[in-house]
Amino acid sequence: MKIRRGGIRMSNKTCLICQGTGCVSAGSREIHASLEKEIEQLGLSKDVKVKRTGCHGFCEQGPLVVVEPEGLFYAGVKVDDVPDIARSLSPQGEPLEEKPLYHDSATGNPITHYHDISFYNKQQRTVLQNCGNIDPEEIGDYLATGGYQSLRKALFEMSPGQIVDEVKRSGLRGLGGAGFPTWIKWEACQRAPGDEKYVICNADEGDPGAFQDRSILEGDPHSVLKGMIIAGYAIGARKGYVYVRAEYPLAIKRLEIAIDQARKKGFIGKSILDSNFSFDIEIFQGAGAFVCGEETALLASIEGKRGMPRPRPPFPAQSGLWGKPTLISNVKTYANIRWIVNKGADWFAGIGTEGCKGTAIFSLTGKIANSGIVEVPMGITLREIIYGIGGGIPGGKPFKAVQTGGPSGGCLPAELLDTPVDFDSLKAAGSMMGSGGMVVVDEDTCIVDLARYFVDFATKESCGECAPCRLGTNQMLDILNDIVEGKGEMEDIDILESLGMGIKKGSLCGLGQTAPNPVLTTLKYFREEYEEHIIEKKCRAKVCKDLIHFIIMPDRCTGCHICTKVCPVNAISGDPKQIHEIDQELCIKCGLCFEKCPPKFGAIEKNYGSKVMED
Amino acid sequence: MIKSTADIFSDFKGTEDDLIPVLQKVQENFGYLSQKSMMDVGRFLRIPTSKVWATATFYTQFRLKPIGEKHIMLCRGTACHVKGAPRILDEIELKLGITEGETSSDGKYSLESVACIGACGLAPCILINEDVKGRLTPKLVNKLFEDKERRDQDVE
Ligand SMILES: Cc1cc2nc3c(=O)[nH]c(=O)nc-3n(C[C@H](O)[C@H](O)[C@H](O)COP(=O)(O)O)c2cc1C
Ligand code: FES
Repeated sequence: MKIRRGGIRMSNKTCLICQGTGCVSAGSREIHASLEKEIEQLGLSKDVKVKRTGCHGFCEQGPLVVVEPEGLFYAGVKVDDVPDIARSLSPQGEPLEEKPLYHDSATGNPITHYHDISFYNKQQRTVLQNCGNIDPEEIGDYLATGGYQSLRKALFEMSPGQIVDEVKRSGLRGLGGAGFPTWIKWEACQRAPGDEKYVICNADEGDPGAFQDRSILEGDPHSVLKGMIIAGYAIGARKGYVYVRAEYPLAIKRLEIAIDQARKKGFIGKSILDSNFSFDIEIFQGAGAFVCGEETALLASIEGKRGMPRPRPPFPAQSGLWGKPTLISNVKTYANIRWIVNKGADWFAGIGTEGCKGTAIFSLTGKIANSGIVEVPMGITLREIIYGIGGGIPGGKPFKAVQTGGPSGGCLPAELLDTPVDFDSLKAAGSMMGSGGMVVVDEDTCIVDLARYFVDFATKESCGECAPCRLGTNQMLDILNDIVEGKGEMEDIDILESLGMGIKKGSLCGLGQTAPNPVLTTLKYFREEYEEHIIEKKCRAKVCKDLIHFIIMPDRCTGCHICTKVCPVNAISGDPKQIHEIDQELCIKCGLCFEKCPPKFGAIEKNYGSKVMED
Repeated sequence: MIKSTADIFSDFKGTEDDLIPVLQKVQENFGYLSQKSMMDVGRFLRIPTSKVWATATFYTQFRLKPIGEKHIMLCRGTACHVKGAPRILDEIELKLGITEGETSSDGKYSLESVACIGACGLAPCILINEDVKGRLTPKLVNKLFEDKERRDQDVE
């Protein structure tokens, strides 16, 4: 019996082995090689196909192996598990019952099928549909899913004006962070005079803590390329660039392969599909600067300059790359185009909320039971994502905050967990959608330290062009450093607030205009933690080194000498079998002794208060 | 394989917008951008060396000093930060005896940080050359760099 799934003609069984960055680092290449070998040895090669795919999204559980058509899901697969998996694939084989099945994070029960896992079954995977199901290095796989059909439809059945109109009616808003209506840019570029125009895909993914754009490029590069080609046809451009950060070597490699294969098939290049439309795509590797995600800085960077933003207007749609009209959109924005062209604007507008259509894609990370890439319709609540899909905080710890929008966004507290996830609601709460990072933190994270972390990031990444951003963020960092070191004063809070507002108003580009957000939102929702640091000199999460100390409890210390050996500064004294003691003056609070003291003794405690106060 | 700068340049058309790709290729070949290679690039693209230097120092990817055999890049992204990256950094620094931005005197290790590796689901993580090592704990770091300690002892 042959089974058809998503249009791909399969042998009896197909093993999909994730080859995304996460799974590769967990050893999925070895799993692939050994599974192929086992299957061959068992003489199953004819009936079982082994396929390498892009990211399944559940990176934390890697390496992942999915067996279709049943939808069996194996997680954390080890090379030792491979013979069992291979045998289970024979005609008489039964699905495995224990290892390496995925175990539910809440109940601990094994789950056999992909579709029964709450991480997946509460998602709406549209843009991510192919990720994990096709071999991204084989254009044939993509074509079998109906790929490039929308290109044919766009080129031969629609005029450029009709395409822009379709994008307009779909309600698609840019997924790079700000949620600007996509059609406005398309129309502006289309109407702009001249025949030298550019299409640029922003794959700089600067938000530290986000990797969804990378997963799409690694798992389904053609869907992005196709969106760009259709955009090129609609606005009348002949050249496109994908701006990818150099830190993503695998994404770059897969894009190169995809462009090459698409060119051979006649989807990219001269006279695409024998029409009179020609379009070429080139990859530009970003050299590592967060500000280059900002569109005008990105343009400067492609032109070979320092990535410094410039004032807008003129907008890139009017004067972009080399002064020509340029359309810049995010990876996910382009990946949505094929759905709008294929299924129509009405279908697309049926997903999401009144003001925000379609799906949102997040990288769910931090202190969360199920971390990975999730795609949900716009408008579902933070709670549904964090608890429904993410399985909540590991170990049943209380939730403290969720950070979205990266260095431009904010931290929202438990009271706001029912906020709908869309551009407007998150903005109203003081945060923002951003390009897709969603970092969950529990009580072990210090909110002041987290805010300090983001401001530190902004000072390092500020390009230095405008003073409010360059100097202002450094001022904020100095104040925050004082607070986490226990040297803060109450008036610092007011200064942070007024400084933050000033930087937002006075900065040239989005980096400075949003850099104070992490501080301002935490001051709004977690003010008491700042006050504790300042007044009581207390860090409730016991993170800030200057506000904690370590002490050896004499009644529990057995004098085993483990801590004295690990202490890097020789601050612990005591003869063998004698009670040890930490010299608070020498201690650098690295916490090694605390971690190394055997749990059966548990003799070292981490306490509030600096060493000075302890004296 | 080390090519000469002239070999590298032959793949480019030599206009100003080649600057970043050319610098990337030069660094890929030599491991870093030497003063001489930056002067060569300036001459090839017909732009002042000061401009080459200004661009090279703007981007974190470019290095003006040679790096160690094992190039360790610690992720300082948000996901890694909240999952204990600062602690991992302490541990690596202790273990290798170098601080961020330095190369060990034996030329074996360089330690740098990067905004995000894009493997946030495996936080905290580091890159060693091109390999991602994820879900790190201080203990795992110890294991990863065990050899270093042994070698040092041999020397002693
Ligand atoms: C500091 C800064 C960093 C940015 N980083 C990114 C990024 O990494 N990826 C991205 O798509 N957009 C980023 N943007 C937004 C872009 O300027 C631009 O709005 C976006 O690429 C437009 O695409 P969209 O219409 O699809 O949202 C950034 C903006 C700023 C101010
Ligand atoms: S935050 Fe460390 S890999 Fe993204």
